[in-house]
Order: sequence, then C-alpha cells, then structure tokens
Amino acid sequence: MNPRGYLLVLAAIALPVSGALANDELLKLQKDPNQWVMPTGDYANQRYSQLNQITAQNVQNLRPVWSFSTGVLRGHEGAPLVIGDVMYVHTPFPNNVFALDLKNNGRILWKYEPRQDPSVIPVMCCDTVNRGVAYGDGKIILNQADATVVALDAKTGKEVWKVQNGDPKKGETMTSAPMIVKDKVIVGISGGEFGVQGRVTAYNLKDGKQVWNAFSVGPDDQLLFDASTTAMGKPVGANSSTSTWQGDQWKVGGGSTWGWYSYDPQLNLIYYGSGNPSTWNPVQRPGDNKWSMTIFARNPDTGVAKWVYQMTPHDEWDYDGINEMILADIPVKGKDTKALVHFDRNGYGYTLNRETGELLIAEKYDPKVNWATNVDMATGRPKVVKDYSTQAGGEDHNTQQICPAALGSKDQQPAAFSPTTKLFYVPTNHVCMDYEPFKVSYTAGQPYVGATLSMYPPKGESNLGNFIAWDAGTGKIVWSDSEPFSVWSGALATAGGVVFYGTLEGYLKAVDMQSGKELYRFKTPSGIIGNVMTYMHDGKQYVAVLSGVGGWAGIGMAAGLTKDTDGLGAVGAYKALANYTQLGGALTVFALP
Amino acid sequence: MRLVLIKIGGAGELVMTWRLSFAALAGLALLAWAESALVWAAEEKPYTIKDGKVDSHTYNGWRRYTESCLRCHGPDGAGSSYAPDLLRSLQAITEDQFKEVVVNGRINVNASSENVMPPFGEVEDVVLYLDDIYAYLKARSDGVLDRGRPPRMEP
Repeated sequence: MNPRGYLLVLAAIALPVSGALANDELLKLQKDPNQWVMPTGDYANQRYSQLNQITAQNVQNLRPVWSFSTGVLRGHEGAPLVIGDVMYVHTPFPNNVFALDLKNNGRILWKYEPRQDPSVIPVMCCDTVNRGVAYGDGKIILNQADATVVALDAKTGKEVWKVQNGDPKKGETMTSAPMIVKDKVIVGISGGEFGVQGRVTAYNLKDGKQVWNAFSVGPDDQLLFDASTTAMGKPVGANSSTSTWQGDQWKVGGGSTWGWYSYDPQLNLIYYGSGNPSTWNPVQRPGDNKWSMTIFARNPDTGVAKWVYQMTPHDEWDYDGINEMILADIPVKGKDTKALVHFDRNGYGYTLNRETGELLIAEKYDPKVNWATNVDMATGRPKVVKDYSTQAGGEDHNTQQICPAALGSKDQQPAAFSPTTKLFYVPTNHVCMDYEPFKVSYTAGQPYVGATLSMYPPKGESNLGNFIAWDAGTGKIVWSDSEPFSVWSGALATAGGVVFYGTLEGYLKAVDMQSGKELYRFKTPSGIIGNVMTYMHDGKQYVAVLSGVGGWAGIGMAAGLTKDTDGLGAVGAYKALANYTQLGGALTVFALP
Repeated sequence: MRLVLIKIGGAGELVMTWRLSFAALAGLALLAWAESALVWAAEEKPYTIKDGKVDSHTYNGWRRYTESCLRCHGPDGAGSSYAPDLLRSLQAITEDQFKEVVVNGRINVNASSENVMPPFGEVEDVVLYLDDIYAYLKARSDGVLDRGRPPRMEP
C-alpha cells in the first residue's frame, strides 16, 4: 500500500464533522496510526502503534529533530495529542494548552492560559501534574487543577463551555485526563489524601451539562449500583458500600478516580479504578471500605455499574487502585479471552474477563511483593501477611520492610501491550517501606493522612525500578530490565518491534520488544515522567515525549530514598535524583535521519 | 526585598533565584546577615538529643511533619521538586518567622516559581504541635539528627 495515499484519506476523515457523534469520529481516529487522538493512544489503553518505520534494526539512528519548552517547571505527566497537522501540548499548573503546527516545525497556533487561584497548588497531593487533554467533535477538553472542566475550540483555542467539577477548598482537584465516549466527557476527581468522596462524572460534550455522577463510596443511589451489579460473579446486594464503613465515615472515604479510563465499544462499558480509602490509618476506619481500591465497569450512557472487583479490601498501605485497565483479546491459560489487564499499586498483575468481571489471574509482577502471600481466586481477597499488616501492628507501631511502598509496584505510569508478542510492557517501581499509622482528625481541605512512612530499595538491592515484559495469560515475567530509578514514564509499543519508555534521569530509551535489549538512549533536558507517543507526519514517523521531572517521583528528588539501618546511606546519597537532572518542562520529538 | 526560594538542587545544594533588579552583592549581604542570625539562634536548642535518641516532643514533631508537611517538603525536611528544603530554610529564618509562615501561609507565584504554602493556622494537627515540628526540623537543620524515623528516648 502507498503510505502517502493512505495518509491523505485519513486526513480527510480527521476533519471534524459538525453534528456527528464524537464516538463515530473517535472510533475511527483511534485506529489511525498517523495520529494520536487520545492520551491513552486508543480506547483499549494499549499504547500500541502500527507505525513501523522505526525498527529494532534502525532505531539506533534515531535523533531529536525539534523540541519545545513548555515554560513550566513542575512535573510533566501525560503526552501530547496529534490530530491532523496539529499537536496539542498541555502543561502542569497553570495548565496551559498549546496548539503547535506540525507543518511549521511546531509554531504556536494558539495558546490557552487559564486563570486559576494559586491556593489550589498545595491541595494537590504530590505536585501539580496534569495527564493531558482529550479531543472530540472539534473540541479540546482540559481538566484544570482547580477542578474546572473546560472545552476549547480545537481550531482557535477559544472557550466553548466550562463547568465546575469539584471544590478545591475541600481538597477536590483534577490531575487526570478526560475521556470522550460517544457524546459525553467522562472525568474523575483527585483528593484521596484530603478525604474527598471519590466519583466519576459524565458531561455532555456539546454543552458541558452534567449527565450522570457515580460515587465510589456511599449509598447505592450515589454509587449508581442496581440489582444487576455484580462482584466476583454475584450480585453485590443492597448497601454494599455503606455496610463496610463505620457510621458515615464513607462521606470522607476517598476512593478518588485520578487514573486512566478505557472503553470497550462492543460491550459498551467503561473501565477505571478507585483510589485509597481515607485516612491512611486503617485502625480509624474498620471494615472493607468498599468500593475504594476497586475496578469498575460502568455503562457510559447511564453510569450504572455492571461489575466491580475490590483488589485491596481495607487498605493498610495506600495501594490506590487507579492504574490503567488495558483491554486486550489474549489467550488466558490457553483460552481466548476478552481480557482486562491491570497492574495494581499493590504489586499484583490482574487479568479479568472484562465482560463479566471474573477474576482469572492475580500474580505478583515484582517478586519482592510481600504484604500478601497470594490472592484467593475463589473470594478474590488477598491473603495478608500479619508481619506486614499495619492494621495488625496498630496505631503508633512502625511496620517495617513492607514491599511495595505506598507508591506501588507501579503508579499511574501506563504500560503498553503489543498484539504481535501478546506481551505487556510495564514500567515499575522497586521500592519498599516502613509505615506507621496514627490517629488524625478530619478538617475540610486539609491533608487527612494519618501515617508516616519511609521508603528505600528492597533489602540487599539498590535499583529502584525495573522495566518488565509480562505475560498476562500466565501471570509471569518474561524479561526484566533493571533501572537505577523508578520507571515513572508511560511505555509505547510499536509494530517496528521496538518499545519506548523514559527514565527519571531523563533518558528516552528504546528496547527490543522480544528480548528487552537496549537499542537506543538519548538524554532529554529533564527527568521523564511523561508517556511516550508516536505519530506520522508527511510520511515520516516521529516519537515524542514530555520531560520535566516532578510528581510523586520528585519527592525523592532532593535527597533520594534512604534507610540508615540498612547501611544504604551511601546508596541513598547516590540515589539523589538531583545529581542527574533538574526541573524543566520540554517536549522532544525524535525521527530517523 | 523579596527572596524567592525554589529548591531544585539536592544533597546540600540550593539554588536561589532572586527577583530581578537586585544585585548579587545585596544577596551576599543577606546571606551574611542570615549566618549571624544562625549563630545567635544556636544558643538555645528547642530539642534534646542524647546518644542519638530524641525527646518525645522532637519525635512527635517528626510524626506531625510527616503527616502534614512531607507530601510537599519531602522526606526528612529535605525538600522536593516542588517545595523548598526546610533544612536550608531554617538556617536563614528565625523560629518566629517559621511559625508565622506555617500559620499564615505564603504565596510565591511568578514567572519562575509557583510555590504556595497554605495557611495551617486552623489545622489542629499542625498548630497544636508547632513547637514540636520546629524542634524536629531544627535538629535536622543543625545536622544533629539523621534522616528517617528518629529513635526515641525512654520516657
């Protein structure tokens, strides 16, 4: 096939057609490898590109061809979008959006600069990150830090509508990227460290009017659960959430929804996970604390939940369940399955049947995970090890050597899936912790944490991260590349047989999809916590990534992670990320000569 | 004169960005002033440390710091990519100045900095233990307390 002709046809489809359902448009666009129309690559969150100009054979010739400073210093998560000839780049607070002209070396077509009250900055746990904008029906949708959702005209950057999705005075903020499904914008909320009541909300793409709102914790009518909602194959029954909290603690119960969203158009279901229950002190909130730490499958038209699965009942470690749900049709234990694959903060890689919510596989994707021996496949519950239970230890008791640490074996940095190898490529953290819960009081808009923790590499090891290939059909690691720091960048898999990811020191790396062998590296201006993306323009494949160290990863920036008792002090000092990189948001675009 | 502190260095390195229009000399003068203040402040210690073990107030300060301050100012007061290193800050400001900032907050938002310290004046978990938090950070700042969870003296 003539690739140029192919491109022209797709460019014609890319022109926004007024009045058409964004769904029809996006369903087509997400399959076009020349563009990158949603933050997750496609609705299935596979982060896989059919582009194959850059291959395992020629990737060593890759070089940066243009770059762009965002003018913002804080942590840069997410990735730009490419729609037709325009690239849309977002920044952390103040959440600027740039439209860059790909026909003109990234010239700025328009810039949107929201005006936000800076008092939102300190109520954003772990830096003022933003994970990207969404495109649909000629609009760019931005989730601002101050919980405003704004729709911009993709051509001009002018505001089309604006809606307030939360109250920053109560600690409700937004960091996640919106997802557009059919004629709706689906958004989540952040603030699990401030005792928010987590929820997912759908707005009309056309005018910003709220369509439905579904809480993670609370009474059934707030959860949008009905008689058909199941967990582990059985109806959840009435009061499934409130019966697992003491009194009305669910009102400040957390279960925030700050991760990635995916969508299966055939099953008409959206998928996402909920975060930690508030506070971090488990003793203060008896019960399973449903439905925090839960995978949700909901109908995007009504919000009603079809099934749920709680991974970590009664969390004792801050293992938020918000990591991405990757939808892939793969053999699971030899049987072709419509699977949902999820690498949880708690260190288990889960494979579920995404139609029914049936749990198929739950295995550790970091061998050091020790807080549970295994997941009981009949009940779906983890078998918690008493020595690492902060609940068993109780308030004011320091539980030591828990793996993984609160930042999880993986945080929000999304994994990629290759349909050719059927493997998942997972950026991971390799960090353990001490955790001491204590009593706290709730004040609206103030941190509601109630635990101290210190983090360090697993005993006897010094690497803080691994980049692994995972077989979700068997629950086994296929290969693992050691990294000195946590891998906090989203991966990209390509038909060229190459997988890309970024590192906290600032390297963009390319590895062989089969073996994990490193094929290329380039040091970008700052540490990478953004996600790698690719697109084609004028018949040439480009790879792009945002640099700009920060986020929860930036917490260890100043002095590194250390633990005096392990004699790892020297390692800790060496681990100071500041010895490798400095702040600064920049986009770097790569291509072959 | 306004000093804008952005913590971007690590392990004992601090980069100070001055608001434009002030000469570097003015900066040096302020640093000299800060150092003399340090000598003066060193005479009275808000913490007690014996054989590497801390008193109950300093220990509680660590705990409260971890609860309310760590998410921005990093483990052990060492700063993060988005909030200043308090160990360096406490070498330059007095106890009263420290408490004033914690209670009332501070906003440094300009072209090169987006630092906002929220006011903690009405947050029980902080104001009730302000002396303890200061004691802990001062001990860290004075270089007499290691990173991590401090060992406690027997009551």
